[in-house]
Amino acid sequence: MLKSPTTDQTISKKQTVSKSKSTFKLNANDKYFSLLFLGPSLFILGLFVFYPMIKTFYISMFLTNTLGKTSVFAGFSNYAKLLQSPDFLNSLVVTLAYVVGVTFFTLAISLLLANLASKKLPGISIFRTLYSVTMGVSVSVAAIFWLFIFNPSTGFFAIIANALKMTPINWLTDPKNAMWAVIITTVWMNLGFTFLILLGAIESVPQTLYEAASVEGASPRFQFFKITLPMISPTLFFVSTITIIGAFKSFGLIDLITKGGPTNATNMLVYRIYKDAFYSGNYAQASTEAIILTVIIAAFTLLQFKFLEKKVNY
Amino acid sequence: MAENNNSLIKRILTYVLLIALALVILAPFFIGIWTSFLPTMDIAKGDLFSTNLSFDNYVAAFTKTPILRYLANSFVISTLTMVAQLLFCSMSAYAFVFLKFKGRNFLFGLFLVTMMLPFEAQIIPNFQTVKFLGMLDNYSVLIVPFLTSAFGTFMLRQSFKQTPAELKEASDIEGLNHFQFYWNVVLPYNKISMITLGAYSFLGAWNQYLWPMLTTFSNNSRVIQNGLRQLQSEETFNDWGMIQASAAIIVIPTIIVLFIGQHYFKSGLNEGAVK
Amino acid sequence: MSTILKNVSKEFDQGKKVLDNVSAEIQTGEFFVIVGPSGCGKSTLLRIIAGLTQISAGTIKIENRVVNDLSPKDRNLTMVFQSYALFPFLSVWENVAFGLKARKVDSLEIESRVNDALKMVNLEELRDRKPRELSGGQRQRVALARAVASDAKICLMDEPLSNLDAQLRIKMRQEIYALQRKLGLTLIYVTHDQVEAMTMADHIMVLNDSKIQQVGTPEEIYQHPANEFVASFFGVPPINILPAQKISEAILQVNNDFEVTLPHPIEQKNVRVGVRPTEMKIVDTDELHANATIKAVEFLGDEKIIHAKMNHGGEVSVMVDSGAHFSPFQNVEITADAEFLIFDVEGNNITEQGAMVHA
Repeated sequence: MLKSPTTDQTISKKQTVSKSKSTFKLNANDKYFSLLFLGPSLFILGLFVFYPMIKTFYISMFLTNTLGKTSVFAGFSNYAKLLQSPDFLNSLVVTLAYVVGVTFFTLAISLLLANLASKKLPGISIFRTLYSVTMGVSVSVAAIFWLFIFNPSTGFFAIIANALKMTPINWLTDPKNAMWAVIITTVWMNLGFTFLILLGAIESVPQTLYEAASVEGASPRFQFFKITLPMISPTLFFVSTITIIGAFKSFGLIDLITKGGPTNATNMLVYRIYKDAFYSGNYAQASTEAIILTVIIAAFTLLQFKFLEKKVNY
Repeated sequence: MAENNNSLIKRILTYVLLIALALVILAPFFIGIWTSFLPTMDIAKGDLFSTNLSFDNYVAAFTKTPILRYLANSFVISTLTMVAQLLFCSMSAYAFVFLKFKGRNFLFGLFLVTMMLPFEAQIIPNFQTVKFLGMLDNYSVLIVPFLTSAFGTFMLRQSFKQTPAELKEASDIEGLNHFQFYWNVVLPYNKISMITLGAYSFLGAWNQYLWPMLTTFSNNSRVIQNGLRQLQSEETFNDWGMIQASAAIIVIPTIIVLFIGQHYFKSGLNEGAVK
Repeated sequence: MSTILKNVSKEFDQGKKVLDNVSAEIQTGEFFVIVGPSGCGKSTLLRIIAGLTQISAGTIKIENRVVNDLSPKDRNLTMVFQSYALFPFLSVWENVAFGLKARKVDSLEIESRVNDALKMVNLEELRDRKPRELSGGQRQRVALARAVASDAKICLMDEPLSNLDAQLRIKMRQEIYALQRKLGLTLIYVTHDQVEAMTMADHIMVLNDSKIQQVGTPEEIYQHPANEFVASFFGVPPINILPAQKISEAILQVNNDFEVTLPHPIEQKNVRVGVRPTEMKIVDTDELHANATIKAVEFLGDEKIIHAKMNHGGEVSVMVDSGAHFSPFQNVEITADAEFLIFDVEGNNITEQGAMVHA
């Protein structure tokens, strides 16, 4: 999916379709085909992306009844109300804490793993496979594995603590620990994918750079910080935005592990939207929250496009 | 000599670190799969080193729960979603690269905008739409909204653009029309991107959680992600042995596929580099 | 029965003129080479004939039919691309059969035509290989086989040999030539390599700066170049061009270094004189009589090339027998005999102009 900078360059040297587009001419045939080729996608995106997005924004401007019918026009007052609600602000803070925690640990650990696994040692491919294994784990399986580990009475951590004659930590009932429990599970799930992408980036750094540095007597540490990191920084940026966006959209793990609790300690944005809309029937508030989520995600996606613009020839 | 010793020690330390990290990452698997062979009674007592190993939990998972049905539902839905996305994304990507028509840049801009809008923020009107269309609790509700994807279109467009211009010209000289060129040249030429998108869309559909939770209520259409949650919260609550067995049933095939797939992807990528 | 270009012009969207008023007639069954430096518009001209690029003005006729608005497939021609345009996912055999299948030719006929074509280019044993498993020369042959298998009588080639190494290029040159003769193809061949043009062509079109410089047989082009550009484009080492003044009715003084006798009177006073390296005379002399100094001597085996600096500026190269003894820094006298070309200040060849006037 990701192309290393070097392959990008070699490809862009070849003449490709986009560069010789002046040889194509506009004709009626193309018009007919474009309708045929684009039609299905446009229809689906219109019905299930554009329409609901506009509708969501529309609802966020009204007061609604519990059936979701709009009643009174409210302008931006829903937004003002929400931004003053301590409950919502708590959600925002909690979400941010989660996003920062997940992103930091995912990147730091993946980078460590990728750097280790890029070493040319016998049997290293076994470790590469093992490190990428969490890619094959879905939300519910991850949640079950970790729920058992966190379980206060029969869980793995509890058993260990008991064996060591220590009081088990209340992973899921203590607000602070619950957040850590969710972060740990998410990071664990993220590792496989992030590791593979970073490993690809590290491997595409030209070997000659390291050879030149070794000749100059640079230490491995120096090489990592002065060669590897700068060379893979575009990829690092790319995986960070992906991780951040993914974390903002987290729902499954929260629902499976903490259900937003205890006392809203893990009541993150998407979970809140779901609760407000489908439990409390407060569609106006849920829509307003959805729009706020959209703004956040759109901002990070734009950042990512900026990256793609630099790396990919349009 | 000292130099040699030093590098040997370094090497050993690296291996120790590699193994330690592998153990930590794999620990949840080991614990989960180990306990799936233990009687729940022993797990409840905290007797994790019990020797009463058996397949009882697996037998129970298969016979007492609809887990096979959930798996089948997930498999059918993910496969259909994947096929549909491969078809529709490649078609729209083709239009953006090889067809000239008015408003092409505008439409492509729309696709880019779509990528910025999270599905999670659209669930309220979407729920009303599928309810209105009578699609609730049905396979269609999990497939139709995901027949295409802006991301898939974008990804394939980037890949299609790398198709050498000479292949288009050679095809023009032989008189291929757009459909023939799309099917006989562009798709096979971009096989690797297609496989990547296929894997991506299959996994995406397989890992859906929020939307199926909202729109499916019966075992006839419930997918595995929500099915596991169902098992965990129903009468089987705290039957950890069986729950772990269910998780293992789901995860083992995916991991086997991943191992095979990784090997295949690697050779696939090499092929791409040579071509 | 031929391919006729009449006043063909091409401008790209930005108003840049790539071809300016190009006219030519390509006879059926001939080997026609379009040659020129990079950027001269030769590839565009080929694409225009193929129908891959629309023309801005002019007409193109193939076999008495105006084809301006015909799509490439209806022009009944084949094309061999510089990068060969092989489909990486198809085997050699399928690559050759690709066009025939697209045109829905009967499968038995495809079978026999593809097999014949592969036999003709000696690729029968590699029929099941993928392009990436082939060497450069073998890929080139697959591209040729594709053209051979087609029943089109016109074949276009766009720098087909430029991706091969020097030795292979000579070999493939001969193979392409033999194929063209054997099949009686009309071959329109684009290259930047003047040697390819000279060795293979029945007729050569020289393009420079979007304009035709000259169309003619290799002999005509070499012996009677239309202008200074054509004269210096053909021949290795290139022709020596030096400024000259008419100092009397019959004498030209060249570069203030030596004099030549005019074969017939000319009108212009200031001209330029072109002498092929093989036609220059060089003799060892003392410092007093010397008009040049040797800079370098290249040994080629049976010949030597002497590079010398003229006393009044400018450099020339002279071909001598490999037995002749010359060494760097030696003082020499360089002159020319009767065989030389005269160009006016615009670069037009006026060597025979006077002769024609007198004739």
